[in-house]
Amino acid sequence: MKLVIAIIKPFKLDEVREALSLLGVQGMTVTEVKGFGRQKGQTEIYRGAEYSTNMVPKIKLEVACPDALAGRVVEATQAAANTGAIGDGKIFVLDLVEAVRIRTGETGDIAL
Amino acid sequence: MTLLKRVASATTALGATAFLAMPAWAQEAVAAAPAAPAPTVDKGDTAWMMMSTVLVLLMILPGLALFYGGLTRAKNMLSTMTQVGAAAAFAMLIWVMWGYTMAFGDGGNAVISGFGKAFLSGVTPASTAATFTAGVAIPEYVFISFQMTFAAITVALVLGSVVERIKFSAVMVFAAIWLTIVYFPIAHMVWASTGYLFILGALDFAGGTVVHINAGVSALVAAIILGKRIGYPTERMAPHSMTMTGIGTGLLWVGWFGFNAGSALEANGSAALAMINTFVATAAAGLVWMLVERLNGHKGSALGFCSGIVAGLVAVTPAAGNSGPFGAIVLGSIASIVCYYAVAVLKPKLGYDDALDAFGIHGIGGMVGAIGTAFTYAPGFGGPGAADYAIVPKLLVQLQAVGITIVWATIGTVIAIYVAKAITGLRVSTEVEREGLDLGEHGERAYNY
Repeated sequence: MKLVIAIIKPFKLDEVREALSLLGVQGMTVTEVKGFGRQKGQTEIYRGAEYSTNMVPKIKLEVACPDALAGRVVEATQAAANTGAIGDGKIFVLDLVEAVRIRTGETGDIAL
Repeated sequence: MTLLKRVASATTALGATAFLAMPAWAQEAVAAAPAAPAPTVDKGDTAWMMMSTVLVLLMILPGLALFYGGLTRAKNMLSTMTQVGAAAAFAMLIWVMWGYTMAFGDGGNAVISGFGKAFLSGVTPASTAATFTAGVAIPEYVFISFQMTFAAITVALVLGSVVERIKFSAVMVFAAIWLTIVYFPIAHMVWASTGYLFILGALDFAGGTVVHINAGVSALVAAIILGKRIGYPTERMAPHSMTMTGIGTGLLWVGWFGFNAGSALEANGSAALAMINTFVATAAAGLVWMLVERLNGHKGSALGFCSGIVAGLVAVTPAAGNSGPFGAIVLGSIASIVCYYAVAVLKPKLGYDDALDAFGIHGIGGMVGAIGTAFTYAPGFGGPGAADYAIVPKLLVQLQAVGITIVWATIGTVIAIYVAKAITGLRVSTEVEREGLDLGEHGERAYNY
């Protein structure tokens, strides 16, 4: 199993979700996050007082999937979240050791 | 027209009326006292002044509370709103106990009135206060209430520089002393018929010196003594809710019609002039502030718009009935430009932490307004002054009024703040300041999601 973590632009969430649903992905976890990469933050000015925010708001998406599906999940996410501009985000893929469905106690791929 | 807020006890006048109403005594009465006719209380004037009075209350709660509260960090929202509201409430009680008599009571001297009307002694529903028109009066209770709201908002304005770190208890002690030794004497000097600056002929229609320079300078002095907020100016201290500040700005502008047009004390042409000036000076100032931001290479901002509106309102306050509409537009525009540089350039350069720019906007804007009124009053600039009005002598009087207010406010604030410090410690602990005054001082949070 793999855990795919994608950091994307907030307004791209719906498109990514749709693309992943088409692949048969059953669930995902979404978190509002802040961070920075190559994209510069914004400068805010209040009555002349300048504050530069170098943390940019993003959405973090976590999808657990069977090994066979991981490649297509990454591809679909990359395609759906892409605007071509700086700040589109990153995708990380991690090996997933175990998954448990809490209600039934099922483990492994079936639990996903 | 200067602002005459002289209070005439109605007793004599009403007595005269009673006499005249009795035919048998009429001739005797006329022979004995060919006094001025009894003042008439007009229902229209009275209704307008009651309306104006509650409009000024609207400026404080929720206007100023939201305006100031939105500018603070979320952890200090309730503290800021509560300090504004409680200081204003305290001012109302002090006003009826000894404030009114000190400012507008009978007798006294050029600096304060006598204490004969302490606890509103002798005031009845039949008592009247004079307006600017001979023979026209308003009920004294209305005048007392109207002036009460001015004392209340002025002390609340001062707090703009010290929020986010001053103790609630210190605010209350400061308010009582400051009103007594600073506000009441200055209100008397400028607005009472026996006051020093009133006699000199200082023009202050609705409170450029009494309210704004006074509050602004006091705010600066208080902020310097209190010290900077922890982390100022390196930590982020952006307004937590520009939405609240925007709402507060709107309420201030609406309420300000009571403040300015109400200062005519009658529902007449002078009030109408103050009304249109309160529209156009403010409109110009809001736009000019955004323009100045653009000229300085920034984006025109919402806070800039709100700041300009308040700067314009402040500047037009002394000029409200003392200016033509186009003089008011110029005055508002100049005030916006000067205030912008005061808060964006002067403040960081000098390094004091006037948290919400009470000095930068009310103090500086008040000075621009008070000095500018000497010009806007001139008929040559479209003002209501007489044809023989001379700018230079009036300018000197205005400068003297500004100077006296600055010196008086500075000395009085030093005393009031140090007394508050001795009694309450003045400043919250470092932990409370870090955690926020809402929790530390009031045991609540503004936002519970």
